[in-house]
Amino acid sequence: MSDTDKPKQDDAPVGAPVDVADDSTADTRADAGADAGADREARSRSMLREIASGDALSGVLAVFLAVFVGSVMIAATDDGVRETLSYITARPSDFFSALWDAISGAYSAMFRGAVYNNLVTDPAQQWRPLTETLKFAGPLILGGLGVGLAFRAAMFNIGGRGQMLLAGGAAAWIGFRFDLPMIIHLPLAVLVGMLFGALWGGIAGLLKARTGAHEVIVTIMLNYVGYYLVFWALTKEWLLATPGSVNPKSPPMKDSAILPKVLGDRFNLHFGFIIALVAVAVVWWLLNRSTLGYRIRAVGENPNAARASGINVGRTYTVVMMLGGALLGLAGVNQVLGTVTSGVSVDIDAGIGFDAITVALLGRSRPLGILAAGILFGAFKAGGFTMQASENISVDLVLVVQSLIVLFLAAPPLVRAIFRLPAQEAK
Amino acid sequence: MSTTMDRPTPESGGLAPDDAVTPTRTAGRRKLPTILGVVTVLLGLRLLTTSRSGDTTFRLAVDSDFAKLPDAVLPSSATAWLMLVVCLALTAEAVRRMLARSRQPLWLPIVFALAWMIGFLSWEAAGSRISIVSLLAGAIALAIPLVFGALGGVLGERAGVVNIAIDGQLLFGAFAASITASLTGSPWAGLVAAMAAGALMALVLGLFAITYFVDQVIVGVVLNVLVVGLTNFLFRQVLTPNAESLNSPERMRGLPIPVLGDIPLIGPIFFRQPALVYVLYVIVALVAWSLYRTRWGLRVRAVGEHPKAADTVGIKVNRTRYRTILLAGAIAGLGGAYYSLVSVSGFNREMTGGAGYIALAAVIFGKWDPIRATLAALLFGFAQNLAGVLSSIGAQIPPQLLLSLPYVITIFAVAGLVGRSRPPAADGVAYRQQ
Repeated sequence: MSDTDKPKQDDAPVGAPVDVADDSTADTRADAGADAGADREARSRSMLREIASGDALSGVLAVFLAVFVGSVMIAATDDGVRETLSYITARPSDFFSALWDAISGAYSAMFRGAVYNNLVTDPAQQWRPLTETLKFAGPLILGGLGVGLAFRAAMFNIGGRGQMLLAGGAAAWIGFRFDLPMIIHLPLAVLVGMLFGALWGGIAGLLKARTGAHEVIVTIMLNYVGYYLVFWALTKEWLLATPGSVNPKSPPMKDSAILPKVLGDRFNLHFGFIIALVAVAVVWWLLNRSTLGYRIRAVGENPNAARASGINVGRTYTVVMMLGGALLGLAGVNQVLGTVTSGVSVDIDAGIGFDAITVALLGRSRPLGILAAGILFGAFKAGGFTMQASENISVDLVLVVQSLIVLFLAAPPLVRAIFRLPAQEAK
Repeated sequence: MSTTMDRPTPESGGLAPDDAVTPTRTAGRRKLPTILGVVTVLLGLRLLTTSRSGDTTFRLAVDSDFAKLPDAVLPSSATAWLMLVVCLALTAEAVRRMLARSRQPLWLPIVFALAWMIGFLSWEAAGSRISIVSLLAGAIALAIPLVFGALGGVLGERAGVVNIAIDGQLLFGAFAASITASLTGSPWAGLVAAMAAGALMALVLGLFAITYFVDQVIVGVVLNVLVVGLTNFLFRQVLTPNAESLNSPERMRGLPIPVLGDIPLIGPIFFRQPALVYVLYVIVALVAWSLYRTRWGLRVRAVGEHPKAADTVGIKVNRTRYRTILLAGAIAGLGGAYYSLVSVSGFNREMTGGAGYIALAAVIFGKWDPIRATLAALLFGFAQNLAGVLSSIGAQIPPQLLLSLPYVITIFAVAGLVGRSRPPAADGVAYRQQ
């Protein structure tokens, strides 16, 4: 692809591969940056300045802004608020107390659902919401790692849904089909799930490596291919269908394939969260301490420079997508063998495939950042369900706040403009 | 510039194939014979591994036709085998032309597709009746929103803005159309609101992608999630309690065109549609014509292919991009109205069912060209409808296989296995004035 692409390279500054300016990766930057032109260097510096000066402030303001929009949505759809608004000039205090009731009611319900419930007396039950948060956080962290790892190689893994479905389906097949001792059964189901996730993600990496096909398109399309594949498997008794049932749902998992509970049967928190913690550590080590991680970062920063310095770019793409797919596969396994053990269906991914993208973005593709972002969004999820149950506010509000946080975080200048902060100095 | 570490948004660099890897190219000459061969073998395997008897009835007329065409009754298995022979012959002809290094004519794949489809349908529908009109009219009905979405996608991407958020635009258009049509009592007001909603989404996309240089793929993905959350939230909190006043629009009925609608076969398929579909015919023609034949179209393509050159000759790159995606958003939003005003009356949670992603597939499979993208959307609509029709007559083809077809062939298309799809050069790349 050569000659025809040259002009594009020249006038496409932001399309150029991503630079790395983190201390842990400074070595790579020096290495690959050598090839880049002077204008790229200048741009890097100006961007660095922009981040150094008050990006954290923008981050806090972004979260604040998103929560504010969420509050407006709660208030605008609350009956009490709208009622008192009609006579706001006569008795403004009514309006403001209704407003306060609606918003504080919603957020305290979220807190009760996500962290600490003060309405029950049993101390164990009081902290139960926190375990729910961690339960929801497990697959989000695993998925976020899968997406974030690909981001580090400047690749987009939009295919979380398909990878989770395939992995979940495969793990479920092992999980209900065989009778094995737990020590073999559970690891086997987990590994087979990971393998299928890796294969499904690897297709996108391999196609990019061999044909240059863009992974965004391929992974989006593979989501649907995977969906219909699992759907089809759910109609075949030798695959996933429950004998004698027309419901597209598999039989429940055998006990020997179910992830054990961490804190006993009173809490839903299962070993999936521990797996997620281990995965955080492994991915951190992989990215920051291993040769492969070095290659991944180098390719992510500048694939041309990486190739010039002897890294097999195509192979790195394939490996990264396989690893990402395996991690998202783990998220799917986590759902099937931990959270919803009654059988796999086509909605087993529960939107996590896409949530994982927001988790990775919020966590800025760093393993520890993803851990924190995953727990935050897990708390949103756990709290959202309580909010829906007790305050009758749709849990979908969480999706709105989540996506707004990511949008605002992605555009610090916009947030600065909204709050009329001084603009960053020009480059 | 920073990184995935310091900045939450890495950059996809548009949807162009990566130049850091050396793609293996399949020879263009071998493409058509290969595809025809593979498809013929598939039909042959189907015929060899299963058995059918009886007749297949193809209904060509509907009851209201002015002049009725008779039903075509064909012996299932003989027809299928005959058509297989025709397919083999056509494949041989394609191979001969490849070896003789002569051009492959356009009629060859068309005749092949017809023969293959007749053979396949008469085999699978042995002993039952297939209405050709409802097969094709149903395909059109499923394809309409896809065509709207694909046109919106083509326009945006030709101007250099990747729009993953087509699904969000469709969904938001459906939502706005339903509410507005219910409040005003006029579906036409609903259509206007749908266009405004789609354009509003495009404005947000432009704000982040054009003005603030956020990666367009990320904005698109996040916008889709945002719209799903927003419409689900409002549906539960506002629309469901007030369904009578806010979510019961008047449905747009079919509006037969006097003479054209009476033509047998063609009339019931194309000209007995709701008004929105006629609007679509006009839009397809307008977009295709203006993109290639007007100064505006030249500018749009210029900022999508080489923004710096366009800037140098005085075209305002980002202003052109904004205008184009607003128009594209309005078109996609209009497609959303089809869901809540034509297919059914009223909005429902996530009612587009991911159609925006099929529209995106049509954009890519249609090689970023309005007419080809429209044809791709029609093909995908046909595949979807065929799945439904076949499973309703009890054929043993898994419907999931047909439903996944659009996605599979799009993957083949981007991988260069069935005609290489190349996006506009600056697709997905924000333009910063120097």
